[in-house]
Amino acid sequence: MNMLNQQRDYVLRTVEERGVRLIRLWFTDVLGNLKSFAISPAELENALEDGMTFDGSSIDGFSRVQESDVLAIPDPNTFVMLPWADNKAPEARVFCDIYNLDGSPFGGDPRQVLRRNLQRAQAMGLDFLIAPDMEFFYFAPPENGQPPKPLDEASFFDLTTTDVTGTLRKETIRTLETMSIPVEYSFHEDAPSQHEIDLRHTDALTMADSVMTFRLVVKEVAAAQGVHATFMPKPLEGVQGSGMHLHLSLFNNNGTDDSDSNAFYSPDDAYNLSDTAKKFMAGLLHHASEITAVTNQTVNSYKRLVPGFEAPVHVSWARNNRSGLIRVPVPKKANPSATRIEYRSPDPACNPYLAFSVILAAGLRGIEQNYELPAEADANLFEMHDGDLDKLGIAQLPQSLSEALNVMESSTLVREALGEHIFEWFLRNKRSEWRGYKTQVTPFELQRYLKSI
Amino acid sequence: MVMDLIAVFPESPSPELARTLDMAGFRWKAFGSADAVIKAEPTEGWLGAIVMADEDMEGAWAVCRVLRKRDGIQVPLMLLVTGAQLDDLALRDELFTDFCLLPFHPRELEARLKHVFAHMSSSIKPDVVDYGGLALNLETYQASIDGRPLDLTYMEYELLKFLTQNPGKVFTREILLSRVWGYDYYGGARTVDVHIRRLRAKLGEEQANLIQTVRSVGYRFGQSRWGN
Repeated sequence: MNMLNQQRDYVLRTVEERGVRLIRLWFTDVLGNLKSFAISPAELENALEDGMTFDGSSIDGFSRVQESDVLAIPDPNTFVMLPWADNKAPEARVFCDIYNLDGSPFGGDPRQVLRRNLQRAQAMGLDFLIAPDMEFFYFAPPENGQPPKPLDEASFFDLTTTDVTGTLRKETIRTLETMSIPVEYSFHEDAPSQHEIDLRHTDALTMADSVMTFRLVVKEVAAAQGVHATFMPKPLEGVQGSGMHLHLSLFNNNGTDDSDSNAFYSPDDAYNLSDTAKKFMAGLLHHASEITAVTNQTVNSYKRLVPGFEAPVHVSWARNNRSGLIRVPVPKKANPSATRIEYRSPDPACNPYLAFSVILAAGLRGIEQNYELPAEADANLFEMHDGDLDKLGIAQLPQSLSEALNVMESSTLVREALGEHIFEWFLRNKRSEWRGYKTQVTPFELQRYLKSI
Repeated sequence: MVMDLIAVFPESPSPELARTLDMAGFRWKAFGSADAVIKAEPTEGWLGAIVMADEDMEGAWAVCRVLRKRDGIQVPLMLLVTGAQLDDLALRDELFTDFCLLPFHPRELEARLKHVFAHMSSSIKPDVVDYGGLALNLETYQASIDGRPLDLTYMEYELLKFLTQNPGKVFTREILLSRVWGYDYYGGARTVDVHIRRLRAKLGEEQANLIQTVRSVGYRFGQSRWGN
């Protein structure tokens, strides 16, 4: 029996042994929304073998009507029991890859896009590992048009005995661990009701699946207690927004002696960064503006990327300087396997498959074309004037979704990384989001102009 | 790793026997006495034994007895006797698994050995692996700890199965990756760390140290306070 057959067998036997009543087939639309349809155990064997056909035109960014049918094939490696299902009627989930009916990978499937980009890295003998810091807010259930209500006024690392949100976080972590998502740290963040849960690194595909699961788990656990959890990048004015800082590293996987070693580490460098790491960083910095529409895909994302709230604004890198776009964490002592870079602009509202794809593509481009890493920017960039930044050659990230889309549109790197299908659809969809936003007359304008003009 | 060594008696077996074993790809070692066989036994036990009785019948029976006397798993034992010795087999059924007449036909002996050893290795693989409170049912793919079912992904289950089937041994990440995953996987050997971390979380705090990290080497399953 080959590996795939064994995995299928494992899934089928588990469904039988555990009396699973419903299997949820999960996949992701272009915008990063989790989609699901459920099948009965009787249909599972067939689904694992031949996939399930469904109408792709019902999913945002998938097919146009005339070519609408696509095939969802479960990835048996991602089969897990759903911990929140009723004990008497157990449920399980499995992520799917979407294919065209002719068996070719479907261009509108973000998971397939990430697979394709990871294959490029593998062909270069590199594994791409990611550990995200997930930030989010707990609020009282939102009422239409009302500002969000924080559940607590506690701040960073506060411990209070009656901390309901702390209990939520604990329950969330327990649920994540039972679903094979290891948690590294968790704490109360700066802003009221803001929390952070840091996941332990895995390969990028597993991590993209984990981020999808994570967002659902956080919301499910909160909802069970009547609390609303949100990954909106900037829900409260005047306090920090929610980011999804990504700790990135490449490991050699080339079958030679240095296989399994951290490709970012060099004992000979002052920063312990290898040439590969520097070129990867240079690639990320060079293409940062082009990929920002993907890593920060909402109108609201750009309200987070402003000075003064620990979110990056400028395209720069530094060690332990949290105002830069890339931070190089300095370990207490040299630790080859922990050497990594932290990419700080993405927010948790992105589509993780697409964000990881464009980040990897940008970094690999730097390696392939031997980009030169600019000098470290160790001053606090938040306090510098634009003129001084220009002198240092430090550019700003796009200031709005519209600006980000313009830069993305002219990027062949992003076009190649995402593929024609998603690239075109994403631009169309996001431009229309921007148009919708632009026609709004905001409270800011009313307050500022109504009386005075 | 796996037990694959065969004990052969007497110390200098006939060239025909040596050639047959070599050609069939068996790994073997020859000994002159029952004591020597026991002394040289690998920790995971012999795959089997071949006892040639034509020259020293008493010595041969001694080897059979010492291998058969012990508790637990019976080592498959192939006895080679001459026609004149056939009567001596009476009432000694429990001392050997199968026998072959001397002079043997190489193809016949090889076929019989493969049959006896294969039969044995399938019967020593139990359907349930038990270790402390941990139980793995290999038939149904289900794992439980202290009677509580463990929800494992396929690779977590396979990794745990491999480790529990080889308790006390240290494996590097690379070995685990090649033996358990068996193919290039996104994430390479780091994938092993991720799965070990997940397994520990699922085993629960009390059992988390069933899987130990052996610094700068890899991982080992099981430890002395549970025996073994």
